[in-house]
Amino acid sequence: MSVKFSAQDIPALSPGFRLQWEQAQDCFVILYPEGMVKLNLAAGEILKRCDGTTPVGDIIDNLKIQFPDTNLDEDVYTFLSVAHDKQWIQRHSA
Amino acid sequence: MTNNGSSATLPKPLWLLAEVTYKCPLQCPYCSNPLDISRYQDELSTDEWLNVFREARDLGAVQLGLSGGEALVRKDLEMLIRGASDLGYYTNLLTSGVGMDENRIRAFKEAGLDHIQVSFQASDEELNNFIARNDSFKHKLEMARLVKRYDYPMVLCFVLHRHNLSQVAQILDLAHSLEADYVELATTQYYGWALHNRDQLLPSRAQVQQAEAIAHEYQEKLKGKMKIYYVVPDYYEERPKACMNGWGSVFLTVAPDGTALPCHAATDLPGLNFPNVRDHSIEWIWNQSEVFNQFRGYDWMKEPCKSCPEKTKDFGGCRCQAYLLTGDARNADPVCGKSPHHQQLAALAQAATARSDEMPLVFRNMRNSRKLSSG
Repeated sequence: MSVKFSAQDIPALSPGFRLQWEQAQDCFVILYPEGMVKLNLAAGEILKRCDGTTPVGDIIDNLKIQFPDTNLDEDVYTFLSVAHDKQWIQRHSA
Repeated sequence: MTNNGSSATLPKPLWLLAEVTYKCPLQCPYCSNPLDISRYQDELSTDEWLNVFREARDLGAVQLGLSGGEALVRKDLEMLIRGASDLGYYTNLLTSGVGMDENRIRAFKEAGLDHIQVSFQASDEELNNFIARNDSFKHKLEMARLVKRYDYPMVLCFVLHRHNLSQVAQILDLAHSLEADYVELATTQYYGWALHNRDQLLPSRAQVQQAEAIAHEYQEKLKGKMKIYYVVPDYYEERPKACMNGWGSVFLTVAPDGTALPCHAATDLPGLNFPNVRDHSIEWIWNQSEVFNQFRGYDWMKEPCKSCPEKTKDFGGCRCQAYLLTGDARNADPVCGKSPHHQQLAALAQAATARSDEMPLVFRNMRNSRKLSSG
């Protein structure tokens, strides 16, 4: 059963996981013990906003400034559930 | 990916394994280091290592494994960690824990170390200390707890073989009680010392099957709490593993004296003139050197690999294993059911199953190394 995020929930990268831009890969990656996942543009843009203090609602508002012509609410919630399943992020309640 | 010499089409290294020393206070007979460890006395200096890190990072490497031997033997380990961390590596220390204390764990943290993997030889003190030839079990437990307390992700590694494979349940109970985040049940890789001791280390088929069932049971039971990696021992498989994800594809090892290797066991291969970071840049070694291009892509393959639809998945398996067991590194890895040599491997596994006599293990130390590698 996947965890569902609400607008008030605060996502944060899990301990031991690191997000960084990799020039050689030309994308954001997640690094963890002895492993790496390359992220597509959308995933990178969402995860870099998961700073452990910003609620999902604000993350979405912020993304809409940068990508005004997209209807992205549902995509963000779906991605956060997937990222949580993969244990990349944790969910904190506001 | 075929190599036509143009670096635009070449893969980039992602993984740098820095074997900073072959000195080790443990003597595990399953070690995959080469038998001639005693010849690697002329270790790279701190500055030479930092230069290796910089050049590999420029090329794209992002995961750094600090290993050995026992990396803790290097007094400059803190400096190496700090240098690597400043360059943006995700830094992994792969260690027995022997030579570590709380001060060092704290200093590593301050230097930017991301992860410490502590290896155990068994789930109980007696067998652990027998395999390691070192009274280290209690110290390892203490180090594992400190790793947790200093907020590193905790990864425990157990190398499995005939002598401890029946302990898988106890091993996983121990890992769970130490609150490990990940457990690697690593199967012995038969290179170097492990190959020398193969007949004494190969498990029986019954042991393998039982261990697999227990590992899967715990994977289910501890889902979301502790991640368990379990790989079926090679010799009991029908499909070869995508060794190193392909030769010269993502993986670069640098041995203590600066020898650059496409995998840490590659010195087992004859006739290859391995480049040294003291003579060449990492860029040249990765892109231009003959060794790193030797088995890159698919052009080097013979049948059955050449026409095999699975070659893009497994890259023909492991070159070292192909050489060690068939005499030709261009042959298919004999783990593959399609290899004409597969029966030999099956026979080895069969013999291990039938074996009841215990032969003495040859422990990994400098004295044995000198004896085995002279002449």
